[in-house]
Amino acid sequence: MAMTIHVDIVSAEKAIFSGLVEAVFATATMGEIGIYPRHTPLLTSLKPGEVRVKLANGTEEQFYVSGGMLEVQPHVVTILADSAMRADDVDEAAAMAAQAAAEKSLAESGEKLDYAEVQAQLAEAAAQLRVVQRARQAAGR
Amino acid sequence: MASGKEIRTQIGSIKNTQKITRAMEMVAASKMRKAQERMAATRPYSDKIHNVIQHLAYAHPEYKHTYLQDREEKTRVGYIVVSSDRGLCGGLNNNLFRTLLKDIQSKADKGIEVDVCAIGKKASSFFSRLPVTLAAQVTQLGETPSADELIGSVKVMLNAYESGHIDSLYLVFNEFVNTMTQENKIMQLLPNKPEAPDEELKHHWDYIYEPDAKEVLDTLLVRYIESLVYQGVVENAACEQASRMVAMKSASDNAGDLIDDLQLVYNKARQAAITQEISEIVAGAAAV
Repeated sequence: MAMTIHVDIVSAEKAIFSGLVEAVFATATMGEIGIYPRHTPLLTSLKPGEVRVKLANGTEEQFYVSGGMLEVQPHVVTILADSAMRADDVDEAAAMAAQAAAEKSLAESGEKLDYAEVQAQLAEAAAQLRVVQRARQAAGR
Repeated sequence: MASGKEIRTQIGSIKNTQKITRAMEMVAASKMRKAQERMAATRPYSDKIHNVIQHLAYAHPEYKHTYLQDREEKTRVGYIVVSSDRGLCGGLNNNLFRTLLKDIQSKADKGIEVDVCAIGKKASSFFSRLPVTLAAQVTQLGETPSADELIGSVKVMLNAYESGHIDSLYLVFNEFVNTMTQENKIMQLLPNKPEAPDEELKHHWDYIYEPDAKEVLDTLLVRYIESLVYQGVVENAACEQASRMVAMKSASDNAGDLIDDLQLVYNKARQAAITQEISEIVAGAAAV
């Protein structure tokens, strides 16, 4: 029987593949790589592309990953797939959006705070008014 | 004593409220199951990436990443606070905020300021009223939060850490223990201290890094932090549904008790009215 190695392919949202295979092929950033059993420990990032695994019975299975990481340990290969296309500028844009959202909610809450303050003042004024009215009634009697 | 009609309308309105709370309870129960499944589905990734990070701790790269280096808390710390978008889920959010406020207070006593990244509407509205810096926020994640929606807000905090603006980063969320129990958790994300090495892997070895150690570690550690935050968000979502289910169940039960009490009062009032009528008739007959 041919030698096999355990492969796990996972993305942040779910497990994609797990099992014993004869070989794994993936598109790393430095080029296509093929990993057979007894590969030396390796850590590399992946480009968007396909990941192929050759199963023990000779059939091949294909998966698409939009980038990620690949780790080779003596007995196990782990592929951490990204759930979305990642690029530095896209990440940066997302960060800006998150910051802008925070600033916006702060600005809005400023208005809300004023509203609460006005309401408190109103309640105070109403209470004073009631006292005056009561005093008048007492005096009128 | 209130008249019979008044009590009847009151019972009617309580019954309507009970119908709503009961419906919400059942909706929450079914959503909770789905949220729990999602929680289980995200586990493989976080386990795997955790393994890789641990392996890294035993490897000996020449490049030491800033996330892995110890740093002292001096001036400012960051919190990523996970909350729900909607209310009516018992004390879930408030308990979490209270735990966090205690922590913030203890930091403030040492003269350390706080940056907050709010995930969920409740956190953002809570912290915008406090004298802390709201550095970033994401809301409206819905019932199926996806990992890429969190990238931006996490990056804001990571950038702040890299530039030295904050000295450490914590994740604050509710941990799902079971349906009845949710635990407030404050977890340190950065700096990330690797656990004690395993004997088996202790011998000197290192990965081959492609393209190079720095680039690979940078990406990997960012992914790791993101996966931890995502895990927290998913877990918090399950907690939200569980907590809502319990809250709505007790609301339905309370409504039931109220209805029983009011029914008793109503019966008494009816009986009193009948008795009075009879005695009036009898008195009238006696007079004739």
